[in-house]
Amino acid sequence: MSRKIAAFVLAAAAVAAIAGGITGGITARADEFTKEDLARWEQEYMSVVQTGRELWTSPSLGTNGVACAQCHPNAANTHPETYPKFQQQIGRVIALRDMINWCIQQPLEGKPLALDDPRMVAIEAYVAYERRGVEMAPGKH
Amino acid sequence: MIESRVTRREFMKGAGALAAASCLPVSLVELAFADERQNFTFAYISDAHIQHISGTKFVRNWDRGLIRAVAETNLMTPKPDFVVFGGDLAQLGTKAELDHGAEMLAKLNVKYRCVMGEHDYYLDLGKYWSELFGPHYYSWDHKGVHFVVLNSILTYDDWTHNRWPTAEQRMLEMAGLDNPNGSPFMVGEAQRKWLAEDLAKVKKDTPLVVFSHSPIQKIYKGWNFWTEDAEEVQALLASYSDPTVIYGHVHQIQYNQIGKIAFHSVMATAWPWPYPESYAQAQAQGQIQFPKLTVPMNRADPFFERDATGWQFIDVASGRTTMKYNLYNNTNRVVAFNTKTGQPEDTAFQDQAGRIEPQIHY
Repeated sequence: MSRKIAAFVLAAAAVAAIAGGITGGITARADEFTKEDLARWEQEYMSVVQTGRELWTSPSLGTNGVACAQCHPNAANTHPETYPKFQQQIGRVIALRDMINWCIQQPLEGKPLALDDPRMVAIEAYVAYERRGVEMAPGKH
Repeated sequence: MIESRVTRREFMKGAGALAAASCLPVSLVELAFADERQNFTFAYISDAHIQHISGTKFVRNWDRGLIRAVAETNLMTPKPDFVVFGGDLAQLGTKAELDHGAEMLAKLNVKYRCVMGEHDYYLDLGKYWSELFGPHYYSWDHKGVHFVVLNSILTYDDWTHNRWPTAEQRMLEMAGLDNPNGSPFMVGEAQRKWLAEDLAKVKKDTPLVVFSHSPIQKIYKGWNFWTEDAEEVQALLASYSDPTVIYGHVHQIQYNQIGKIAFHSVMATAWPWPYPESYAQAQAQGQIQFPKLTVPMNRADPFFERDATGWQFIDVASGRTTMKYNLYNNTNRVVAFNTKTGQPEDTAFQDQAGRIEPQIHY
């Protein structure tokens, strides 16, 4: 740990101690949550996954009617666990969202999404969900 | 039925000549047989998925795949005896798509025959397709081989006739490969009865080649790499000495041997599909029975538009088929029946040690 980071951690701990003193009357702790919380967060996540699945099978991302699922049923052969990685055809390390945009521009003949577009987040959520349980393999070709 | 009286022994004459010729680039080979009952070659083009955008616009990528396969097939020397188109000419079964596809196929300089795919069928249940290409299932004899075309993409009547408010929606629901609202493919009872009657006239030592769109075997139901009544159809073929099934739909190289029946898939001209094992959830739940025999084709490189697509020419030496996969941006593959092991094998990659990294899909 560099000296700068160590100093920051110490400062943060001091702030937390003071804050803890001030809010001492509240019983909930930052790392405590209920089953209802978990259910809601799961539901929020899955609704975005569902939006991603709808985009994946929809012609709306492109201009020629082609959908992602035409070549990638169940998002197979997208291996999100390998990104970011050196994409040899592009010649640099890129994120999955760069490849999603590549596909939108080439086979789908569409316009790329902004990288923070909620639709991009939804597509990434869906792709990752279909790949759940697979070990991370960053950089793997 | 005249030609089916040719025995297997007679049919095998000339196999040696073809084996020698096959060492040369095929475009340089010219074979002239005095006896017409000899080995022959036919070409197989499949899964073009011609997709209409609007007006006169179609998806360029898929158009190019079919145009290229037709152009290359026309360059073959010697000419193939015939061409089979293995189904899914259209993407959504429309008149515009079928007409546009038929126009491209019409450029073939030899006779072609068609197999029904689900993308051709589920809009009008094959009505317009029939006007262009004829009956949905049929058979013929050619140089001692009995050929059968099945329509293997039928499904339960309730799904076809009662489930969907419009024909367009029915087509869209079946068009999504991974759509859980789809329904398993089947040949069906009526057609199996027809097949049994058709085969009753064919001697058991006649080489038999069956063309279907879906695999007449069960690989992965989730993507309809599957035929619901596969076992019943297999039972009708099992009493022949050399039965072969050639199918489309899967957009990838597959081959298998079940009892005496050899199975081969053909490439798509439109786009490749991942192997089902690369869908982690289906693999984790043990839903895939992939033929162990198959050495997978290389992982597709999307930056080469035609990579992992292609077409194939097939020779019928010794009553068994040799599949010669013409793959773009990739090493061509040959899967031939090995008479020693009694199964189809890749002539270069069957041995584990000969395989290369990109043959792993994930």
